[in-house]
Amino acid sequence: MNFPKELKYTKSHEWVKIEGDIATEGISDFAQEELSDIVYLELPEVGTKVETGKAFGTIEAVKAVSDLVAAVSGEIVEVNEELVNAPETINNDPYGAGWIIKVKMSNPDEANSLLSAEEYEKFVQEEH
Amino acid sequence: MAKKTPYYDKHVALGGHIVNFGGFLMPTQYKSVIEETKRVRATVGVFDVSHMGEIEVTGPDALRFISRITVNDPSKLSLNQVQYSAMCYNDGGIVDDLLVYRLKKRYLLVVNASNTDKDFKWIKYNVKENVTVKNISNDIAQLAIQGPDAEKVMQKLTDIDLSKIKFYWAREGKVADIDTVISRTGYTGEDGFEVYFNKTYADKMWDAVFDAGKEFDIEPIALGARDTLRLEMYYRLYGNDIDGTTTPAEGDLMWITRLNKTEFNGREVIIKQKLEGVKRKLTPFELLDKGIPRHGYDIKDDKGNTIGHVTSGTLSPMVERGIGCGYVEPEFSKLDSEFFIDARGRLLKAKVVEAPFYKHGTHK
Repeated sequence: MNFPKELKYTKSHEWVKIEGDIATEGISDFAQEELSDIVYLELPEVGTKVETGKAFGTIEAVKAVSDLVAAVSGEIVEVNEELVNAPETINNDPYGAGWIIKVKMSNPDEANSLLSAEEYEKFVQEEH
Repeated sequence: MAKKTPYYDKHVALGGHIVNFGGFLMPTQYKSVIEETKRVRATVGVFDVSHMGEIEVTGPDALRFISRITVNDPSKLSLNQVQYSAMCYNDGGIVDDLLVYRLKKRYLLVVNASNTDKDFKWIKYNVKENVTVKNISNDIAQLAIQGPDAEKVMQKLTDIDLSKIKFYWAREGKVADIDTVISRTGYTGEDGFEVYFNKTYADKMWDAVFDAGKEFDIEPIALGARDTLRLEMYYRLYGNDIDGTTTPAEGDLMWITRLNKTEFNGREVIIKQKLEGVKRKLTPFELLDKGIPRHGYDIKDDKGNTIGHVTSGTLSPMVERGIGCGYVEPEFSKLDSEFFIDARGRLLKAKVVEAPFYKHGTHK
């Protein structure tokens, strides 16, 4: 299992990459493996406001449906439209082509309370 | 504490995602539910189903006894024939669905894993005839070898002429030099066999089957794919689609219920329901909208009234659409009726279709 060092993580298994005031969010390698066979995504439109800890969409795998939870607050500036026709991209490349949304952060300080790669890896091991 | 089948270590070594299923630690998937489903439909796959329960019935009144506790008619069984049936409580609620094997010296009842103890108690409680019942589940391992190439694989391992075993028939004999009961049965809609043997030989049987299947890309298949395969065929899952609160009339199982038998548990209630009609009926549907129906979702009419609930649902890897079944009021259970599945607030349009959902199964 892969936990890239340069990313931040949530306990609901999302990852975030911070570049300036833009946060790119996806789901972790652990999450995609647990879900497996991702078949549908329900995603919000550009311009939608999201709030830390609140669901902004859903992800459906053959065996389960799960909320997508915002890691940071702000406004969605880009949605990965490629995923609509190829949701399995998340299974194949969760940290790359499988990114889900980009958010312009309204409160960049929130990023400080996210988990580091080490903390997230430990969390995953303790949970499972 | 959760039990393990003799193949538990294999499931772990193969990278299976292990969950507690009906009291057993079992894999839900090895690689992918979709890939495993397609493997069984394309060539052949192997399921560890050692968690299933086996109950032996012997004695001079065995046939009469089984006839009284099941809804189908075991007197129709020839030697080595198998029958799908169900046991009911006196109020018509289903205790379990099961297979009845008529073998040389005994009848064998094959029941759902999580129900084995409950079933065995219920069966013993019902005995008034001269019979002996024995729960042999802990001694028996079972593999299901399923798929269009299953016969070619298994024929390498036995002198029994498998081409002579018809669908829902069995034989007792050696497979891989191990004493077995082998039947042409399964839970997938594909051709295939289920093999019962003493668990001492679990590893030997597994290795023999996988060696024989190598040329057909044989793979282990876990419970996730077992569920999509069975639902594509609209085979019931006890605990989801049928249970102690639903009758064979409600559960769309009248095709295995023989009301012309003079006595069996639940008969009066089922006859009354047949005459007066049921208030709800298990109904197979396909989604017209994109999405996946799931166990527990409400079913609604076009005015938003709840008319039932989903008992099983998935994305069918073969039909490539959301499929499922659920209990609805009888007026909505007719072919082509339309209703909505409430998927966490999103209303997905669904239509009643003719089962099975997957029409190209190779079962004989």
